[in-house]
Amino acid sequence: MINYILHLADNALIYGHRLSEWCGHGPILEVDMALSNIALDNIGAARSLYQYAATIEGNGKTEDSYPYQRDVREFKNVLLVEMPNGDFADTIARSLFFDAYQFLFYTALQKSSDKQLASIAEKSLKEVTYHLRFSKEWTIRMGDGTEESKQKIQHAINELWSYTGEMFDASDVEKQMIETGIAPDIASLKPMWEQIISDTLEEATLSFPIQMQGAWFQKGGKTGVHTEYMGFLLAEMQYLQKSYPGLEW
Amino acid sequence: MITKETILNYLEEVFDPEVPVLTIQDLGIVRDVIIHSDQKVEVVITPTYSGCPAMNTISTNIKFELIGRGIQQVIVTEVLSPAWTTDWMTETGKQKLKEYGIAPPQYTTKNNPSETEVVVPCPQCNSTHTQLLSQFGSTSCKALYKCMDCLEPFDYFKCH
Ligand SMILES: [Zn+2]
Repeated sequence: MINYILHLADNALIYGHRLSEWCGHGPILEVDMALSNIALDNIGAARSLYQYAATIEGNGKTEDSYPYQRDVREFKNVLLVEMPNGDFADTIARSLFFDAYQFLFYTALQKSSDKQLASIAEKSLKEVTYHLRFSKEWTIRMGDGTEESKQKIQHAINELWSYTGEMFDASDVEKQMIETGIAPDIASLKPMWEQIISDTLEEATLSFPIQMQGAWFQKGGKTGVHTEYMGFLLAEMQYLQKSYPGLEW
Repeated sequence: MITKETILNYLEEVFDPEVPVLTIQDLGIVRDVIIHSDQKVEVVITPTYSGCPAMNTISTNIKFELIGRGIQQVIVTEVLSPAWTTDWMTETGKQKLKEYGIAPPQYTTKNNPSETEVVVPCPQCNSTHTQLLSQFGSTSCKALYKCMDCLEPFDYFKCH
């Protein structure tokens, strides 16, 4: 149970952390604020989940124990969310893929047999609805924009595609939780997810990476095997707590 | 003997740190007040948005207010479900928002029209000739609009 909650929390935290790196660097003020808001919503959801994990584990654990005191192998987020921001198109492609997933996932998690997870899902779903609207709009705007923006977003979609399969591929921890009715069956969300993506790409006059359908995909994050990017991300995120353990504001 | 009504009255003095004209009750985030048998007072609140950075401050301010009123033991707990909605905002709260220069929610979540049909009157000149600039404003709960008549930009406390 605790490993499952941490997997969900890590997804939200690492995604939120990546988006927060845009704060002060957005291409225009409105986008900067939007990305920071979306980052904050995700970090907020992560906090609720870490707090829940800490309550279950006890042992003096707090919500801060997990993000700051674990090593890279102990993080169980999908690889997609740790991918670097790249340019704005790379960020939007990653957001489109992950927001669409979170939208379907939280919708299903509302029916979890676990009351606390169901309420976190109910809360987050309202927010993710805005996030998905934002990433869809920007995908469409870039696809239907200039030659350059179209080429960039199409490139980003193709490049990140191989990281999307992992979201629907249940780990052993997830399989157990699915059996007990705590977790939704993620594999069953895939057709709906592909529908959202293909509808958006069509409206954006972009092409669906069809040649990659069913193809081999990158995985490992759910079992703690991360890309080289993850170490750098954690080095920055954990720097203060590693240098001054237990420091509080 | 402390009553729930007394506590709710005291809480009228606790304001939202981000929109300081609103009390936490105007916002609808106080979900319950429980007086325990040992006279401990529990205030149950719910966050507006998951990442709302004001929750810690609000919780501290509730404790300060009640302890200042002579309540010995105060605890503040958070619930997430049912998820907060702008439908819980009071009419007084909406009026205060408008006077403060922020357009209050125009609809309830049940009858909120699609984004393109939403009409938000300008809090300055009441013109309905306004335009959405961004879904994400200065805080999660607000969207950014511009009035096409008086040309003032303004925040809209969006229906959520
Ligand atoms: Zn005006």
